[in-house]
Amino acid sequence: MATSDNKMIQVQNLRKYYNRGAIKALDGISVDINKGDVMVVIGPSGSGKSTFLRSLNLLEDPTGGAIIFEGVDITKKKYVPKESLSGRMVRVDIDQHRQKMGMVFQHFNLFPHMTILDNMTLAPIKVKGMGKKEAEEKALALLDRVGLKDRAEAFPIQLSGGQKQRVAIVRALAMEPEVMLFDEPTSALDPEMVGEVLEVMKNLAKEGMTMVVVTHEMGFAREVGNRVLFMDGGKLLEEGSPADIFDHPQHPRLRDFLSKVL
Amino acid sequence: MGNFIKIENFPQMLPYIQMFKDGLAVTVLLALLTVVIGFVLALVLAGLRMSSFRPFLMLSHAFPKVFGFFERDREGNKLDSGFLYHMGRFNPLSFLATAYVEIWRSTPMVVQILIIYYGVFSMIKLPVFTMFGSVRFDRFFPGVVALGLNSGAYLCEIIRSGLQSVDGGQTEAARSLGLNQMQNLRYIVLPQALKNILPAIANEFVVIIKESAITWTIGVQDIMYAVNAVKGATFIIMEPLLVATALYFCLCFPTSKLIAYVERRMRRGDVR
Repeated sequence: MATSDNKMIQVQNLRKYYNRGAIKALDGISVDINKGDVMVVIGPSGSGKSTFLRSLNLLEDPTGGAIIFEGVDITKKKYVPKESLSGRMVRVDIDQHRQKMGMVFQHFNLFPHMTILDNMTLAPIKVKGMGKKEAEEKALALLDRVGLKDRAEAFPIQLSGGQKQRVAIVRALAMEPEVMLFDEPTSALDPEMVGEVLEVMKNLAKEGMTMVVVTHEMGFAREVGNRVLFMDGGKLLEEGSPADIFDHPQHPRLRDFLSKVL
Repeated sequence: MGNFIKIENFPQMLPYIQMFKDGLAVTVLLALLTVVIGFVLALVLAGLRMSSFRPFLMLSHAFPKVFGFFERDREGNKLDSGFLYHMGRFNPLSFLATAYVEIWRSTPMVVQILIIYYGVFSMIKLPVFTMFGSVRFDRFFPGVVALGLNSGAYLCEIIRSGLQSVDGGQTEAARSLGLNQMQNLRYIVLPQALKNILPAIANEFVVIIKESAITWTIGVQDIMYAVNAVKGATFIIMEPLLVATALYFCLCFPTSKLIAYVERRMRRGDVR
């Protein structure tokens, strides 16, 4: 089992309600994400898996619970009591935490008014204060890794869906995040382009990147994931290794789900 | 048919040509200044409307033990509806800016301009001097102010809708990369919004040129003022009105054509 310093993100009793609890998108999720984990979240549509992922970097504002990232509860938005004797209040700066969490979206969300290179260098330059030249060199090296170095001066509209998503992945990597969040990264792609994106993600996993992946690609979950979460109705119903989940499913909802998707 | 257009009436207007020339200059100057004032005002208003100044929620954050009820219920869950929730989200700056916009958009311009001139500028002493030889500053300035305050309200709505027209995924991507709210606005949202709203802003400019005609009611010496001067002195009305029509058309039509051209150019940039 992982030791406590191995824990990257601790999610404690995370809840997201709408209409005063009439709708429970997340109903008490608790899970620890360890360094080097490739955690794959599966479940039917509307099960809350995207909401869970988006809560991790507070794109969704959770109703309750805690998300402890590197020892700081990032859901305490403005002020948390400092753990010092002085008892002073310190600000939790979500922008700082978000820098360390890369996110890849279903619809890529590249900036259409910028070239690929500018897409990739904007955050390193403006947020990290990196020099333009250094940022561009790094971006080009990353683009080279995904085979898109020659498209650096292109605009997003000129790329295919698979190329856009590969750019979106390396754009997030340019910030040197400690964890990468993938929100259904292949769901908006043509079937023939799914492979090239999964390949990039596979390589990333091999390099030891901590990843949380919401996906419908069961093959990827089984092959690349080291932990699989099954969610339904805003609850975490089953958690285990890919072998546990796919070969020995326990919960009837999971068996039912797998019988439909496999 | 005593009023109908007679060719021989046109030469009667010749002595007043200078007034039409001055009027044209005043109209153009009015429109240009109005756009500048209106745009700056609109930026400020849009900024206020979209600000996140929520005093009750700030109180709640600063003293969670005492004022926490604006944000969380007794079980510690965040509120998502109800009176306290809406109190917490109340933003007085946004409320005032919205009130301003709605009041200006819901009252007639002629009322606004008369109130500005007789109400506001009866209390403020303006220096009396003339521009272009005969245009009185103490009439011109209140006209500019009234037009500017009015178009600020409309331009604010244009800017706000433009900012909201940018896909929310753009902001999510920017924020997830660590850009803060201001950086997101400056590098991601505004450049894309500006492209969307430029035609609407340019259109507002054409509207302002036409609307500026109302300023003759407070004696601003624009094109319409010249029309009324001719009418008063010679009792001919249709002919000067025709001249005014031609002048306004010559201002507005090329402007809107120019806008359409720029719009086409910008759309070409999308395909690249």
